[in-house]
Amino acid sequence: MATIKKLVLDVLKPHQPNALEFAVTLAEQGADYRVHLSVTEMDEKTESTILVITGSDIEFKRIDETIRRMGASLHSIDEVEVHSDRPDGRSTAVSS
Amino acid sequence: MNSGKFRHLLLHIYRARGIARRYFITNGFDGALTMLGLLAGFYTSNAVPLSVAVSACLGAAIALFMSGVSSAYLSESAERKKELQELEQAILTDLEDTDFGHASRYVPVMVALVNGLSPLLLSLVIISPLWLAQHDFPLHFSPFLFAIILALAVIFLLGIFLGRVSRTFWLWSGLRSLAVALLTLMIILFFNSGR
Repeated sequence: MATIKKLVLDVLKPHQPNALEFAVTLAEQGADYRVHLSVTEMDEKTESTILVITGSDIEFKRIDETIRRMGASLHSIDEVEVHSDRPDGRSTAVSS
Repeated sequence: MNSGKFRHLLLHIYRARGIARRYFITNGFDGALTMLGLLAGFYTSNAVPLSVAVSACLGAAIALFMSGVSSAYLSESAERKKELQELEQAILTDLEDTDFGHASRYVPVMVALVNGLSPLLLSLVIISPLWLAQHDFPLHFSPFLFAIILALAVIFLLGIFLGRVSRTFWLWSGLRSLAVALLTLMIILFFNSGR
């Protein structure tokens, strides 16, 4: 069983909801999620953002659905950190 | 609809409050001025039975409601559809099942109801003295005059509301709206006195 500890996502979002509302909504998807959002580019209707989400067990599906529900589009997964909790008790970290 | 979705939908509706407020004032003003015109006409003609006046005013109020609902719904849903399509082209994804898609369906309904209900409700308040007099409620002076004063008061209050929105001096804004109503009244009285 592997758990996702960190995600770095490239997301294209509309101006509304704004960066704060967007980040708060994503953070509310988990009990201990921490969300860092930076706007890298802005045009007339959209904002390109980099989202860094950390947590003890991130549900990617839920994050993806929430992003889509707010009218944004997930462009790419730029970085992940996944821990594999093996039955023998050893934990392995994987990142890209 | 879960609480998160509902909250986001509310956010969209909250953002549309400026449009709803504009419609409320514009069509409310329309309704109040229409009633003022009808009442001034009835009052100066001096020969219209109360039941006819109530029916005519009620008919006009219902027509204003229907006109307000349909015109706002058609124009607002067309605008929302255009906005959604433009955003879909920018994001390169289908937004029908997102908060934007839901808002583009719900917000026109809300705005249309505000646009239709504001003239209807204000008209009902204005013609209430006629209705009371028709049901033998004792009024100390002419129900038409009472209703005309009520119409002027409603228009003054709409002006105050407008002043609060634009953060200008409320009394000045109220008096400016009242001046428009009094000018309308004077034009009607001028034409009716010449007949």
